[in-house]
Amino acid sequence: MKQTYDVIVIGSGPGGLAAAIAAKENGADDVLIIERDVELGGILLQCIHNGFGLELFDEDMPGPAYAQHFIEKTIGHGVHTLMDTMVLDITPDRTIFAINKELGYLELKARSIVLAMGCRERTRAQILLPGARPAGVYTAGTAQRFVNVEGQMPGDKFVILGSGDIGMIMARRLTIEGARVERVLEIMPYLTGLTRNYVQCLLDYGITLQKQRTVNRIIGRDRVEAIEAVSVDNRWNPIPGTKEIIPCDTLLLSVGLIPENELSKKAGVQLDPVTNGPFVDDRFMTNVPGIFAAGNVVHVYDLVDWVTEAGYAAGKGAAQFATSEKAVAEEQVALSAGENIRYVVPHKINKSHLAEDEVRLQMRAITPIEERVLVTVEDQNGEVIAKKGEAYARPGEILSLVIKPKTYESVLKATRLTVHVRKR
Amino acid sequence: MAETSELICVACPKGCPLMVKHEGKNVIEVIGAGCQRGKDYAICELQDPRRMVASTVKVNGGLHPLVPVYTRQGFPKPLIPQLAQKLREVEVPAPVKINQVVLEDALGTGIDIIASRDMPAAP
Repeated sequence: MKQTYDVIVIGSGPGGLAAAIAAKENGADDVLIIERDVELGGILLQCIHNGFGLELFDEDMPGPAYAQHFIEKTIGHGVHTLMDTMVLDITPDRTIFAINKELGYLELKARSIVLAMGCRERTRAQILLPGARPAGVYTAGTAQRFVNVEGQMPGDKFVILGSGDIGMIMARRLTIEGARVERVLEIMPYLTGLTRNYVQCLLDYGITLQKQRTVNRIIGRDRVEAIEAVSVDNRWNPIPGTKEIIPCDTLLLSVGLIPENELSKKAGVQLDPVTNGPFVDDRFMTNVPGIFAAGNVVHVYDLVDWVTEAGYAAGKGAAQFATSEKAVAEEQVALSAGENIRYVVPHKINKSHLAEDEVRLQMRAITPIEERVLVTVEDQNGEVIAKKGEAYARPGEILSLVIKPKTYESVLKATRLTVHVRKR
Repeated sequence: MAETSELICVACPKGCPLMVKHEGKNVIEVIGAGCQRGKDYAICELQDPRRMVASTVKVNGGLHPLVPVYTRQGFPKPLIPQLAQKLREVEVPAPVKINQVVLEDALGTGIDIIASRDMPAAP
């Protein structure tokens, strides 16, 4: 096999597949995807529910079908793949060390790299859940793989902690498979997943959601026998007199996702402490020249369609970097989070890109506003560069806004851009 | 006597809150829908609620022991538990192709259950 590639993509979920496709379509000849699983597709393969593709295809597809569309396109484009292969290390000069059963230890060179490792689930240890340590405590995504891919039921009677999308989707899935979901508990005063999942996963199946309530302790010696639930105040302190013992044999945790950046760090990629993903520009290039990042490795998206779009942008950037003779120093403008905004991705825009392409910004709100809001991008003088109205702003649902090429002239003069979300 | 029901649209991830004025199953007005799909959803929800259903069926000799499947169109909501039961009994041989019908005319609804991916035979 070859030792040097124009673009090497690490991970074959939606971000990685889109990046590989876009790299090919934008002039990269040799593109390689390295995937640790035995097949392409990533986590989409276990997301068997519908709801994918509505934004990009105006079609309601299950995860595996959405993945297969891009897998076929990737193969059709002549992208090379290395499956069942683990990347061990990446250097800032873009050497990749990997290992697999057939080829052994591999040392590969890439003109550019796209990091597409996705994210990981927060575990029990990361939320400091007290109590015994019996069997029967799983992250929701692990249980999803058991049930949907491997055909194993992890239990009969469930409590789910966290109202994230995976938690609610698993509540429905387990019910369809004949299990009982006793309760979904959410520590926050609001739903952390999409509202439509509350309707079609919980309401439809008569599953009770309790907000501002959490697991106080896990009970059981060898296997989970029950959990003790408790109400909490706004500072997550347990409220006396609100305890309830809920008998169950399995506790699922759907308590957040963290971008997976162990490899990125080894390559010298700087991470944003708010997103836990790399600082990126509008083509998703990190601080390390030639190393790009796409999808949930950058920040956790709530729609796969946007991951695909980010993958396309990163793949295009990676191909351009790989095929250009020398890097051009670009004039950039930084984007920062303003009023009620927790973070904005990308972190900076190459001004010249805006002359030809639009740039999509993705933001998360800090606190919910349940009435009409206005999202604005303002320059250092408070001049509005772009704006968009929304029916509400919720921390659980990403806010998205496109800066159009027609704003190029105003952005050219900007020294700083700030994004706000305010009541109208 | 006209009444008002509150619904949340599930047609897309936006989740528009809908106010539906109706007399029994006869819809008079849908308020709050961001698009036509939302209006259709509200009418359907009152007259004949349907949902896309996704599950898995057993595969013999496949790369994985299961293949994911889904309803080709919205399935009548009251029949979902029965469908879930039925799908637990279905077995298909590998290889399976995407969109392959694994259960025809499920429960006499005229709706086919189809595979949502290829499942190659075990290597």
